[in-house]
Amino acid sequence: MAFFHIVVCGGLVPDPLQTLEPVSGPAGWSLKNESLLPSILDPWAANALYEADALAKANPGSKVWLASAAPKVKLQQVLMALAQKAPFELLPVDAPAGGFTDAVECALALAGAVQSIEGLDRSRLLLFGGWESASRGAGATLSVLGEKLGLTEQFQGVDKLTVDGDGSLEILERVEGGKHQVSVLSSPPAVLGWATGGRAEPPNNPQIGMANMRALMPSLQKARAAKLPGDGLTLKSVSLPRQKRNTQVVKDMPVEQIAVEIVEWIKKKP
Amino acid sequence: MELILLLAATDAEGNLGKPALGAATAAQALASALGGAKLVAGLFGARASQAAALLAGAGFEKALILESDALSQARYATDAAAGEALVKACGATLVVAPATSRIQRIIGGLAQRCGGKVDTHLTELTAEEGAPLATRWFYRQRMSGRLKRAQRPWFMTVEAGLYPPPAGSGSPAVEKVQAALPSTLTRVTGEKSPASGAQTIRPDADLLFVAGAGWCKKQADGRLHVPEAEKVILGFLEKTQSSLGGSKSVVDQSGEGTVLSFMSHLNQVGQTGSTPRHAKGLATCCHGEEPHTVGWRFVNERRAVNLNANCGWAQGKADVLYVADAFKVMERVNDLLGG
Ligand SMILES: Cc1cc2nc3c(=O)[nH]c(=O)nc-3n(C[C@H](O)[C@H](O)[C@H](O)COP(=O)(O)OP(=O)(O)OC[C@H]3O[C@@H](n4cnc5c(N)ncnc54)[C@H](O)[C@@H]3O)c2cc1C
Repeated sequence: MAFFHIVVCGGLVPDPLQTLEPVSGPAGWSLKNESLLPSILDPWAANALYEADALAKANPGSKVWLASAAPKVKLQQVLMALAQKAPFELLPVDAPAGGFTDAVECALALAGAVQSIEGLDRSRLLLFGGWESASRGAGATLSVLGEKLGLTEQFQGVDKLTVDGDGSLEILERVEGGKHQVSVLSSPPAVLGWATGGRAEPPNNPQIGMANMRALMPSLQKARAAKLPGDGLTLKSVSLPRQKRNTQVVKDMPVEQIAVEIVEWIKKKP
Repeated sequence: MELILLLAATDAEGNLGKPALGAATAAQALASALGGAKLVAGLFGARASQAAALLAGAGFEKALILESDALSQARYATDAAAGEALVKACGATLVVAPATSRIQRIIGGLAQRCGGKVDTHLTELTAEEGAPLATRWFYRQRMSGRLKRAQRPWFMTVEAGLYPPPAGSGSPAVEKVQAALPSTLTRVTGEKSPASGAQTIRPDADLLFVAGAGWCKKQADGRLHVPEAEKVILGFLEKTQSSLGGSKSVVDQSGEGTVLSFMSHLNQVGQTGSTPRHAKGLATCCHGEEPHTVGWRFVNERRAVNLNANCGWAQGKADVLYVADAFKVMERVNDLLGG
């Protein structure tokens, strides 16, 4: 079985159960109390990490790195939990993680981190990440990064990767109408932006956590800094949509009447 | 003066889909908001020539056509090279493209290759003080922002369903572009529907029907009623031709193979699922938590059926919440729909 060198790119995003509010300040737009909001690894990137872990385990000799551009303090918080999920080496970039940052700038900052990996076998490289973030949601960062690294086999919205006997990779990507496009890639290197994938979140494993943390903390200390200044980008305004509807709560209505109302509503032309 | 390139791929029949035609109108709207800009179309595919006629009336000066058998497959290496050739052939400063899976796969890398910047999933293109102004959502549809960029070329993808197709006459003149497309290690072998075989996702349907985890939970009699749930839901979809969405909880369960056989991750609506556009939405046995309802941003009229009067839908997220047993209600709805 051939090995893979898998670099997973994943940013940090606010826990989705938090209320988010945009605010404008001297440094531009950000979220209210952004530094205090609890963060998680971007959910689609987390799926990519779990897929990378499974692929590495199934192909001995493989290795997983996690490249993340986010404020160092936040990375440290998230790593405590994340380190228990899967073994990986960290490639931290101390940078803003918000949704108003620029995809190209973020990708170029990550490129530096990937290029700094010693012993990376480019011919076996799989660059993983979430296909879109839960912050900027552009679906562009990985693609820009791949291009910068000269990777011209790229896949987005990936739900499944199967390594075939001849070493080729079968890849399922989301396309329109709830379908998957099936492709065969004869060999790495390639970029795969993951959607949901097929792995459940691994349970916390304190042993993996301990082993991981020994190396993670020193690498975190050495995080290279990147500013992501948003050159030439002007966010004119950011606003919350009208959130609330005046919900009519219908209690004690007989089933028959509810059904009649729903059918009338469905049949009414929008 | 800006030069706006509409960048789009043609399908197997040599046609442009609705998202591409919408992007054409968006490009036209941008040109007129700018008070004049050059408008050029750049179409690529195995058979792209005939598609220029579909842009009649949208004000395109010409259509650059890049045709190659290699473009019959939607792949990064060949598509990005085609995009690059089209952008460079006209010296575009603004590139407007539909946010389809094919274009989204290449747009970031293409921007990088052309030394440009990129913004995706835009919902409006207009101008302010003579400069383009784009609107998009941030944080998974939680907030909307308007932005400008100084750098060119600026690559933009436009969401489907927001702009109508162009209407009018006078096809643009066709000009062929040649490009040496690179060899690639990728071969597209086909498309696959979710395992169940039932095609439940219908992006063009008026109605989105969301099933939540409640359908697979013990009911008042202390028992599970999953086969009944499947029958009621499939019956409803069949009669109404609505599109099926699911909450994360219900699709995650399906992955375990225990429940709703026709529900897959592709059906998931919300934070880590999709944000479909439908005129109406009916949520059943779904709690209406924020990570789910952010996926309802573009569903206009919303109703829900839930046993719990305090569920999320009651908190200003639905227009009407029926506090009732969805099994009973939907069974009766199916009866009334007949057929
Ligand atoms: C990082 C992250 C990302 C997430 N992304 C998403 C996402 O993309 N999409 C998503 O949906 N969720 C997402 N969630 C999960 C979300 O927070 C909720 O847990 C989930 O939406 C709950 O699904 P549910 O409402 O179907 O299930 P439950 O919360 O279990 O609710 C079931 C509901 O069914 C009702 N019910 C039961 N029986 C009946 C009956 N007979 N008639 C009527 N009602 C009945 C109950 O009253 C209850 O309200 C995410 C969470 C996190 C942390």
